Amino acid sequence: MTLAETFQAAWEGLKLNRVRSFLTTLGVIIGVASVIMMLAVSAGAEAAIAEQINALGANLIIVNPVRGVPGASQTLTYDDALAIKEGVHNIDGVAAEFQVVQDVSTAKARLEGITVLGVTADFPEVREYSTADGRFLTADENDRKAKVAVLGQGIAQDLFGTESPIGQTVTIGASKLVVLGVMEEKGVVADVDYDGRIYIPLQLLYQKFNPSRLAGDRVRTIYVKAADQTAMTSVSNQTKALLVERHDVDPAKPDFVLQTQQDIISTQQATTEAFRNLLAWIAGVSLLVGGIGIMNIMLVSVTERTREIGLRQALGARPQDVLLQFLIEAVTLSLVGGLAGVIIGVGGAALFGRIGEMQTQIVPASIPLAFGAAAAVGIFFGYYPASKAAQLDPIAALRHE
Amino acid sequence: MLNDTTQNDLVIDIRHLTRVYGTDDATVLALAGLDLQVRRGEFVAIMGPSGSGKSTLLNIMGCLDRPTSGDYILDGITVSSLDRTELAIVRNQKIGFVFQSYNLLPRLSAVKNVMLPLLYNTEVRFSDEERHEKAVAALEAVGLGSRLHHRPNEMSGGQQQRVAIARALINEPAMILADEPTGNLDTKSSVEVMGLLHSLHSSGATIVMVTHEPDIAMQAERVVCVRDGTVVSDGRDGAGHCLDRGGPNDAR
Repeated sequence: MTLAETFQAAWEGLKLNRVRSFLTTLGVIIGVASVIMMLAVSAGAEAAIAEQINALGANLIIVNPVRGVPGASQTLTYDDALAIKEGVHNIDGVAAEFQVVQDVSTAKARLEGITVLGVTADFPEVREYSTADGRFLTADENDRKAKVAVLGQGIAQDLFGTESPIGQTVTIGASKLVVLGVMEEKGVVADVDYDGRIYIPLQLLYQKFNPSRLAGDRVRTIYVKAADQTAMTSVSNQTKALLVERHDVDPAKPDFVLQTQQDIISTQQATTEAFRNLLAWIAGVSLLVGGIGIMNIMLVSVTERTREIGLRQALGARPQDVLLQFLIEAVTLSLVGGLAGVIIGVGGAALFGRIGEMQTQIVPASIPLAFGAAAAVGIFFGYYPASKAAQLDPIAALRHE
Repeated sequence: MLNDTTQNDLVIDIRHLTRVYGTDDATVLALAGLDLQVRRGEFVAIMGPSGSGKSTLLNIMGCLDRPTSGDYILDGITVSSLDRTELAIVRNQKIGFVFQSYNLLPRLSAVKNVMLPLLYNTEVRFSDEERHEKAVAALEAVGLGSRLHHRPNEMSGGQQQRVAIARALINEPAMILADEPTGNLDTKSSVEVMGLLHSLHSSGATIVMVTHEPDIAMQAERVVCVRDGTVVSDGRDGAGHCLDRGGPNDAR
C-alpha cells in the first residue's frame, strides 16, 4: 500500500466513528491551540514592553543612581550631565530630569498634584518627543532660569480648553510662568502620563521648587543619546569612565548604573521568558494528555478490528503494512487535531488581542512547532497500539469474534 | 532438490510435517509426520473429524502457521523456513483464501473488498485504474457484475461468498484455499458457490477445500481424510467413512 492509500484508508476508518474521533482529537486540539495562544499572549506582553521602552527614544543610554545605597540617590548631578555633554563624543544630546509635584492654576482653572518635570533643552531631541504648538525651551532659558513652561497636551486642554495657551501665564506653586508651547500627544507609556505633565527649565526647578536644599542640583535620570546604533558601546564606555572619575568611585562598584533600552528589554525578557516557559509546560502537558487519549482509542480500535487485521494479514499484509496503517490512523487523528488546534489557536489569539486588555502577537514559529509536536505525539502514542496490531497472530486474529 | 520430473507439477508438496502445540510437559501433537502432495489443477477436499489436525494443516498450508518440523514446498518455494514478512508475501502471491464466514470488510464496497489483495501486492504495482478494472473483471467472472458497489450487508450470503472468491482470484494465486466455503450457506447458495468452484477448477484452478460435509467433499475429484495428524485415506472411496469413529479406514 502506498502512503497516500494508507492515509485515505485511515481517514475513512476515522469517519466511521466521527464522535469518537472528534472527542479523541479534542485533547490535541486544546493542546495545540493553547500552545499557540499562550505563546501569542507572552509575545504580545514582550512586544508591549519593548514598545514602551523604545518609546523613550532610540539609541539611548540611561544613567540612574544606584538604588538602595545610602546617599547614592544624591550622587547624580546636573553638573554630571553637563560634563557628559562636554566630554563624551559621538552624542546627539544629553537630557537630565528631575521632577516635583505642584498645584497649577490659571485665572479660570486649578489643578492639584501635577507632575512638573525639570528638563534641559535637549529633551525633545533625546526623548523624540516634540512640541505640537509653539516651541520648546532653549539652553539659554535653562541657564538663566527663565520663567517659562511647556505644557503636556492634556494639561493644556484642562487649563485652557480650546484657547491657545501660548503666551499665557500659568501659576505653578507660587511662581508665574509663561507658556512657550504645547507638546504633541503621547499618551501613557510605561505608566507615565506624558500628556499630564508640565516641562520647565531644570535650573528653574532647582531654584523655585527644590523640596530639599540639601539635595543640591541632583537629577533623577540622565539620558544620553548616541549618534547612532554603532556608537552605543563607545558612548556607554566614555560615559562610564567619565562618571567614575568625577565621582571618584571604584569602577567595579560604581554609584550609578548605565542601561540601554536593550538592557531593560533583556531584563524584562528574562521575566517574561520564565512566564512563557511555564505556559509552554502547561500547553505541553495538555498535548501529552491528548496523546494518551489517542493511544487509548487506538488500543480500543485494534481490539475492535482484530478480525480485520487477521483478514488483511491473510490477504498478504506484512507486519509493517499493519503497523503503518494503525500508525497513520493515529497520526491522522493528531494531525487533524493539530490543524484544528492551529486554526482555533490563531483565531483565539487574534480575538483575545481585539477584545481583551492584553496585547497578543502570534509567534509564526509556534505554528509549525505546535503542529510538529502534534504529529510527534501521534507517532509516539500511536506506535504501541500499532505494533501490537502488527504482532497479532493471524490465526488467532481471524478467529477473534 | 528432487530429480522427480513431477515436482514442477506439484503445487503442494508436504513431507513428514509435524506440528506440536504447547511446551515441555503439556504438549499436543496436532500433526504427526503428515505427507501430502497436490498437483496443479487438482480439486482436493480435506476431511476429518474435529481434533484430527485438519485445521492445523489448513493453517500451515495457508502459510498462517509454521510447522514444528518437516518440509512444506508451495509452488516451488520452501515456505517452512520463511519469516513473518516473507510468509505474508507468499500468502499474497500464492494463496487465495475463501473463509466460511466470508470475511469481507463491512464498510467497503464489493469492488474495494476485491481490490484489497492488490494493495498488498509487492511484486506488481498496479495503478488505481488497473486495480479497479481487475476487480470489476473478477466480480464479473463470478457473476456479480451488477453488485459492484454494494456493501456486504446489502448482499446475500451466497453473493458475499462469491465476492470472497473474486477476492481470492485477483492476484492469480497458485491455489485457492477454501475453509468450509459452504458452511454458512443455505442449500441453494451452497450449490451456487460449489458450481463456481467447479467452473474455476475446469478452467485450470487448483483448489484445496477443507470441509466436514461428506456431500460437499464428494464433489471434489479427490478426498483426503485426516485423522490423528496423519492422512488415513486418499481418494474418493474412503470419504464416506472419514468421519466415522473407528471406521474401516482408521489405520493405526
